[in-house]
Amino acid sequence: MSDDHHDHKPTGIGRWLFSTNHKDIGTMYLWFSFIMLFIGGGMAMIIRAELYQPGMQLIDPDFFNQMTTLHGLIMVFGVIMPAFVGFANWMVPMMIGAPDMALPRMNNMSFWLLPFAFGTLLSTLFMEGSAPNFGWTFYAPLSTTYGPPSTDYFIFGVHLMGISSIMGSINVIVTILNMRAPGMTLMKMPIFVWTWLITAFLLIAVMPVLAGVVTMMLTDRNFGTSFFEAAGGGDPVMFQHVFWFFGHPEVYIMILPSFGIISQIIPTFARKKLFGYSSMVYATASIAILSFIVWAHHMYTVGMPLAGELFFMLATMLIAVPTGVKVFNWVTTMWRGSLTFETPMLFAVAFVILFTIGGFSGLMMSITPVDFQYHDTYFIVAHFHYVLVTGALFAIFAGAYYWLPKWTGNMYNETLGKWHFWISVVSVNVLFFPMHFLGLAGMPRRIPDYALQFSDYNQMASIGGFVFGGIQLLFLYIVIKCIKGGEKASDQVWEGAEGLEFEQLPSPAPFHSFDTPPQVK
Amino acid sequence: MSVLLRTIKVLGLMFISTELFAASQMDLRPGVTEISQDVYDLHTLILWICVVIGAGVFGVMFISMFKHRKSKGAVAANFHDNTTVEVLWTIVPFLILIGMAVPAAKTLIKMEAPADDAEVTIKITGYQWKWNYDYMHDGFSYFSSLATSQDEINNKAPKNKNYLLDVDNPMVIPVGTKVRFLITSADVIHAWWAPDFAVKKDAIPGYINEAWTLVPKVGTYRGQCAELCGKDHGFMPVVVEVKSKEDYAAWIAAKKSEAAEAAAGDSKVWAMDELMAKGEQVYAQCIACHGAAGEGVPAAGFPALKGSAIATGPVAAHIDIVVNGSKVNPAMAAYGAQLSDADLAAVITYERNAWGNNTGDAVQPADVKAARK
Repeated sequence: MSDDHHDHKPTGIGRWLFSTNHKDIGTMYLWFSFIMLFIGGGMAMIIRAELYQPGMQLIDPDFFNQMTTLHGLIMVFGVIMPAFVGFANWMVPMMIGAPDMALPRMNNMSFWLLPFAFGTLLSTLFMEGSAPNFGWTFYAPLSTTYGPPSTDYFIFGVHLMGISSIMGSINVIVTILNMRAPGMTLMKMPIFVWTWLITAFLLIAVMPVLAGVVTMMLTDRNFGTSFFEAAGGGDPVMFQHVFWFFGHPEVYIMILPSFGIISQIIPTFARKKLFGYSSMVYATASIAILSFIVWAHHMYTVGMPLAGELFFMLATMLIAVPTGVKVFNWVTTMWRGSLTFETPMLFAVAFVILFTIGGFSGLMMSITPVDFQYHDTYFIVAHFHYVLVTGALFAIFAGAYYWLPKWTGNMYNETLGKWHFWISVVSVNVLFFPMHFLGLAGMPRRIPDYALQFSDYNQMASIGGFVFGGIQLLFLYIVIKCIKGGEKASDQVWEGAEGLEFEQLPSPAPFHSFDTPPQVK
Repeated sequence: MSVLLRTIKVLGLMFISTELFAASQMDLRPGVTEISQDVYDLHTLILWICVVIGAGVFGVMFISMFKHRKSKGAVAANFHDNTTVEVLWTIVPFLILIGMAVPAAKTLIKMEAPADDAEVTIKITGYQWKWNYDYMHDGFSYFSSLATSQDEINNKAPKNKNYLLDVDNPMVIPVGTKVRFLITSADVIHAWWAPDFAVKKDAIPGYINEAWTLVPKVGTYRGQCAELCGKDHGFMPVVVEVKSKEDYAAWIAAKKSEAAEAAAGDSKVWAMDELMAKGEQVYAQCIACHGAAGEGVPAAGFPALKGSAIATGPVAAHIDIVVNGSKVNPAMAAYGAQLSDADLAAVITYERNAWGNNTGDAVQPADVKAARK
């Protein structure tokens, strides 16, 4: 078969609108996520600008609340999750030797729901009253009885995102379970594929719970029910239980694929096999299972009975065990390897260190009596930005640098990549590390103005934030430059790279790959 | 330039000396109670365990990054499994966790012990955006709201030392006495937090949460609402004054007579200028939404009062919305539950006559009483 047949691409806008090609859909997911990163990041810049010094300078408190709410929602549902789905679309079929995703038309639909979901969400900024202003956790009754009229649009947007995620994860599961090349047993799958398989099950389990909770909000707001309204016999605390039953697995949905990406990258640049492959798989599965029994550690202060607090504390502490196993495995993979530090590896190493710092603060927060002091302070903000920015987002950067040459056929500019890394890693720590101090000293989260003793660290965090935000424009430039041209990448791309996508496909990977399945030994 | 210098200074101090950096606290506050000290010790223990583990793991990693570089001629080894090591690094962390869980559980059990032996019980009710403290056994209650001026917040006046951490009427409790807090809310969820006592509990509508403290030291302790509760979440501080037992008893007596006086105010007929003067004071509670000059925050859905249909229309409708709340907009709470008849009469009179509304109406406490449902 000639190559031009392989590479026959539809042309014009139809190529994207009607795409059923996993690579094109993956590309759209990644660009969508990138655009959202700049929108959500822009909101973070507004937040940091207002918090640069005490006093209200730029925006009013209600708009501040809209910014924190939309920033959180966009980063979680619009940046991290779509980026991982983009990686899954591109890489899962190539890694398991499949020609495409199992359900290509559903794949198209799950992507194209997203622009509408986020269009709906962002349109609330221009509505009368106010955009959602109750935090990304939208606790009732602040979001129900007291929510602005635009809340109903927010609910509709969340439903669309949920449908998109559920369809996306069904697709991932069906693809992985049915379309592996002959010889690729489950325990031979690349770790990235494993982590996505487990993530997809988590998504199917909890997205309906999120849909349920927003539907209850919708009927409370519009149809006279009282699920969360104490005056009508409802229970505001039940909202938090249902929300976090979704919310805790959700945070692992945002980190397990990162574990997968990092587990692909470290062995490549250590030129050594991943240490403890099977324990990696079991650890991932354990984390996923434990994620269902720890949700109430987000709500220690609601006044749970002692037995409940003890149970959730102990269950939460347990998560440190499988997470520790993963970190030890990565470090041992590097040990006595033959290490080089190209940009993907730099981001991967930073991920291991900084994610672990986020893990440590997480362990501290699991301790109920101490969490009474940490709860709802900047210590929490520091914690989840360490796991989501220097964790999930750094893994996304690492994955992008790692696979861009395979996608485009061109190497990115290594010098610029290193600049991007070093400026990011320094500024992100100037941004988030002082937040630990702020929280311990007593600064609550989600406040637009603060007492004078918090000034120094807020100013520092803001400066770090502006640099970190600004430098992402360099990343955009690097990506565009790499797509347009550059030094040609070899088929293997990286000296130590293994796996079907590097060993059996050219760079760039053809539009249709593995029409005939490869044999895996 | 000065910003840059300042940042460098801050960064430098952070890494060189934490001693010099006393102005900005970096660590958890030990607080003043036995419980807060226990919590601080627990925090310190776990922090150091994390630091030691981190130093070990990252140490190994850095050695590897330094020694096992391809550029230094390192050749990759071939191992990728070792059951002994893997079992070991599963079991050892588990044991460390047990070591943490035991003291943690002990402290938690101590904190959550029922406070039936408390000598003072105060019911704390969260409102958007202030606290109500109800001294249940002494028969009075009052609101505690932000005392920082709008000018300070809007950078029109220099900021005072306790900027955003100052209230008009602090909670007052006696020293060395077990005090029980019953915490609830009248609208959305708030959280009452006094960091120096290590007490943080959510104030939830329909729930009454319990917490307690025993403060051994006289002083003023400051905290803030910890749960996002809407627009002015950042502007509802918690201030607790711990007084000696004698001072506390005197304060209780003064508060009781004040309450009796307020009851008398509800039954008299007020002159217009008295109503306007008192109304202006009470209106401080309305400024957050309706603005100091009655201009409101229309963009956020808070209507202006200046020249509004309600403030210049029929008196009965105006009294009704203030006393019983808005039927369409839950942000307009029923102030009948929060203010006395005299306060309500005064503030309604003020709204009807200030900022050029000039209706000439004087509302009396008796009118308000009649409008209460």
